[in-house]
Amino acid sequence: MSVKILQPGLATTVQDLGRPGYYHLGIPLSGAMDRFALRVANLLVGNHETAAGLEAVFMGPTLEFTSDAIVAITGATMPAKLDGVAKPGWTSFAVKAGQKLSFDYLRAGARLYIAVSGGINTPLALGSRSTYAIGALGGFQGRALQAGDVLLLGQQGKQDKQDKQDKQDKGKILGRSVPENMRRIASASAATSLRVLPGLYWHRITKESGEHFFEDTWKVAPEADRMGYRFKGGRPLTFVDRKPPFGAGSDPSNITDACYPYGSLQVPGGSEPIVLHRDAVSGGGYFMLGTVISADMDLIGQLQPNVAVKFVKVDMEEALHARAKRKALLEKIRALFV
Amino acid sequence: MKLRYTFGGDEHIFVEVSEEMSLEAFFISLSMTKAVKAAEIKGVTEICPANASFQIKFNPDDIKPQDLLLEIQKLEEQTSTAEASLNTRIIEIPVYYQDPWTHETLLRFRDRHQNPKGSDLEFAARSNGYPSVEKFIEAHSGSPWFVSMVGFVSGLPFLYQMVERSKQIQVPKYLRPRTDTPKLSVGYGGCFSCIYSVRGAGGYQLFGITPMPIFDPQQKVSYLQEFMVFFKPGDIVKWKPIDRKEYDRILAELAAETFTPKIKKAAFSLDEFNKDIQGTNKKLEDILYS
Repeated sequence: MSVKILQPGLATTVQDLGRPGYYHLGIPLSGAMDRFALRVANLLVGNHETAAGLEAVFMGPTLEFTSDAIVAITGATMPAKLDGVAKPGWTSFAVKAGQKLSFDYLRAGARLYIAVSGGINTPLALGSRSTYAIGALGGFQGRALQAGDVLLLGQQGKQDKQDKQDKQDKGKILGRSVPENMRRIASASAATSLRVLPGLYWHRITKESGEHFFEDTWKVAPEADRMGYRFKGGRPLTFVDRKPPFGAGSDPSNITDACYPYGSLQVPGGSEPIVLHRDAVSGGGYFMLGTVISADMDLIGQLQPNVAVKFVKVDMEEALHARAKRKALLEKIRALFV
Repeated sequence: MKLRYTFGGDEHIFVEVSEEMSLEAFFISLSMTKAVKAAEIKGVTEICPANASFQIKFNPDDIKPQDLLLEIQKLEEQTSTAEASLNTRIIEIPVYYQDPWTHETLLRFRDRHQNPKGSDLEFAARSNGYPSVEKFIEAHSGSPWFVSMVGFVSGLPFLYQMVERSKQIQVPKYLRPRTDTPKLSVGYGGCFSCIYSVRGAGGYQLFGITPMPIFDPQQKVSYLQEFMVFFKPGDIVKWKPIDRKEYDRILAELAAETFTPKIKKAAFSLDEFNKDIQGTNKKLEDILYS
């Protein structure tokens, strides 16, 4: 009951839905950057949505299975091949012991999710299997996977404890597929909209800068990873004059080191905005002008460097409405696979 | 102090106690976060105190953001009279100042520094009016420090110097952050010292290194077996300058699992501290070395 890593890809990690409760100590949530994609992948193979799967960025791994399993691929479009035979995304399929799963090059999006029936069974660290590589915590030995690593499979499937039902259930699970209009991947053509609720230290920038920020088209910079996504190409921000508060530091973008919300937009020196993501630093000394709403966080995980982004100003009501819409979509998919 | 409330998206409430750092602001942040915890408000998932602010993460499916805001604001009144005191501990942290590892690192990133020709300690000593690096190290290690925040990365403490404001060291951060910092480096930025708990990026000036691990995800270090993070807000630290020989000796003790950090229980009252800073610090040191 295991999966062997033949080729690891660029940075493939074990992730589940994360490790809440330790952010006050600088240990972030971690977990899938595209939580929707991981949840759906798990649903497709009959796992609990919280089961651990693999997250691969820009490039897929090559895996060898030592036992039969059901597998589903979601997230980025990176065509899967089982012993060289194409397999569809967002659809569960059977894998036989000894077979090899590999991936073609990336066509759209950035992060691929691989769910395996039973889930990846690395040890729990502070209640989660998610890899937090900066702290060498969780996942497989606290790091991205390497060639030769062997991952055990677990019992995170919904029916694992009902042996008699296994065969019948397997029939129900195989071939599960998410209708195309319910799949979510970043569009490769138009600029992606990321909705932002202004706030936090918004008052530090001038009115004009606040307008420019939302008018300009930004591009994802090469420095984009699980900790945060950096953007460039917009006009630099100008700050409201002030006497630096004691302890903050002399730069106008400095604040007395404070907590950073997930999704918060800091702009060190006023030049390149950074959105903090699942492996966020929990705090620091840069002002933030607002926060990407929770409904759009998954989308950031599917952005490739250089793609165009527009930040769109919303209020709390719109943020909550967008969140409810996301939740309803997931409910619809859940209802398909009861 | 007038608290400023703002939303961090639809999942966070961010509260700034004061723009300026002070122990008064820290204690308000601490009592507010304690009160939020005790109130057991439905939907609250993370409670994070910081130096002069705090942050609450919540699930808006469980509580409306505006309702939570009102609940937290209600707590402000009842905590305004809370006493700024703590039962805490004082800890000795050995520091090898001007060590070869942080020195190698600071040389590697000289193009990002205000003072490309000297070291970070030379820059800090000069900009704070000290005649020599040695005198500066004396000042840095001469008073106790107060852990006013834990975070950035796993278990990293921010430390606030327990002296009169006029004597507090202030050093700007690097012009552009480094992409590398040795694990357990002792750094400085703004008015805060820190200990980098893990290797990684960082913008604080590099002063030295401690041999004493403060974060251990494997929990093999004897004093981290109960929990992988060593520091918590309110801890008090006294730096002890050490040389290479002592640094190596402590590393050997750690490897042999015979090292125990020097830790003593101590009570701290902000009123007493403000009335007599030197006297309070003297008492704390007496406790540590008694």
